[in-house]
Amino acid sequence: MSVLEMIEKEHMRVDIPEFRPGDTVKVHVKIREGGKERIQVFEGVVIRKRKGNSTATFTVRKVSYGVGVERTFPLHSPMIEYIEVVQRGKVRQSRIYYIRQRKGKAARIRERRV
Amino acid sequence: MKGIIGRKVGMTQIFDGEGGVIPVTVIQAGPCHVVQRKSRDVDGYEAVQLGFEEVKPTKLNKPRSGHFKKHGVPPCRVLREFRVEDSSSFTPGQQITVEIFRVGEKIKVTGWSKGRGFTGVVKRHGFSGAPGSHGTHEYFRHGGSIGAAADPARVFKGKRMAGRYGGERVTVRNLKVVDVRPEHNLLLVKGAVPGPRGGLLILRGEGEFPAAEKGGGPSTPEGESSSA
Repeated sequence: MSVLEMIEKEHMRVDIPEFRPGDTVKVHVKIREGGKERIQVFEGVVIRKRKGNSTATFTVRKVSYGVGVERTFPLHSPMIEYIEVVQRGKVRQSRIYYIRQRKGKAARIRERRV
Repeated sequence: MKGIIGRKVGMTQIFDGEGGVIPVTVIQAGPCHVVQRKSRDVDGYEAVQLGFEEVKPTKLNKPRSGHFKKHGVPPCRVLREFRVEDSSSFTPGQQITVEIFRVGEKIKVTGWSKGRGFTGVVKRHGFSGAPGSHGTHEYFRHGGSIGAAADPARVFKGKRMAGRYGGERVTVRNLKVVDVRPEHNLLLVKGAVPGPRGGLLILRGEGEFPAAEKGGGPSTPEGESSSA
């Protein structure tokens, strides 16, 4: 194992569930404000996953009050309390950016049965 | 000034525990042997010569291997000198490791930047180039005027123009030490350092070599060197 890999492995979490682009997830994020810490939930569709050891990230998209919001999290970030997979989605692309142009019924994703 | 010789391993990122990510360069530094002491009486200045990366004796030519034999130190590929206040507290054969640096310290890193060949002024000097439209014709990445006309009738010396870029010695200062790992001789430094992966680096920190870390080799006389 290379030196870089060794360092990155140290920063990786083992408690991250398996999920794919197209899945709907609830990300429980730690928010620190004024010395206090609380949990905020960000729920949406995973539209992209970037690979990497400790540098992997994923992007979640949700529509909040009619406005599309996308948030990218480092997959192994200590600020993530936990990730909950709400629904598995069946998509053909690994980057489902086309969902940005769609709304309402057209933005639905078929469920993936396993 | 305390210092050590190393090689760049590469860059990665680590979490700071507060949601942030720190870009770090991993440097494999030391262990270095003290090969020779330079003193004011003999050499006219005070310094220590450090050797890095042990090699087979057959890799060196006779004058080089003779130098190592004279001081009783295993042959090393790289030799570099570091100026110190008082070299009498060092003995040849003693080891210098990454432990001379502390987490949070600011250090200087010297390397040899990647050679970029003949480059234009936009890449080499950060010129803006010309507008992309509004009548620009075949002039996108040019540098513009290089001076006036009949007076002075020449181009001033030092005018920034296209040419060879990179492949030179570059020092980056104020790089914060994020982590020190003596068990693997590794140093994690925030930010980028010059040169390719595997490139030679010289790391220098403020102050003198700490006396406590001078162990490893033969016992050292406790001639304390005052910090610069």
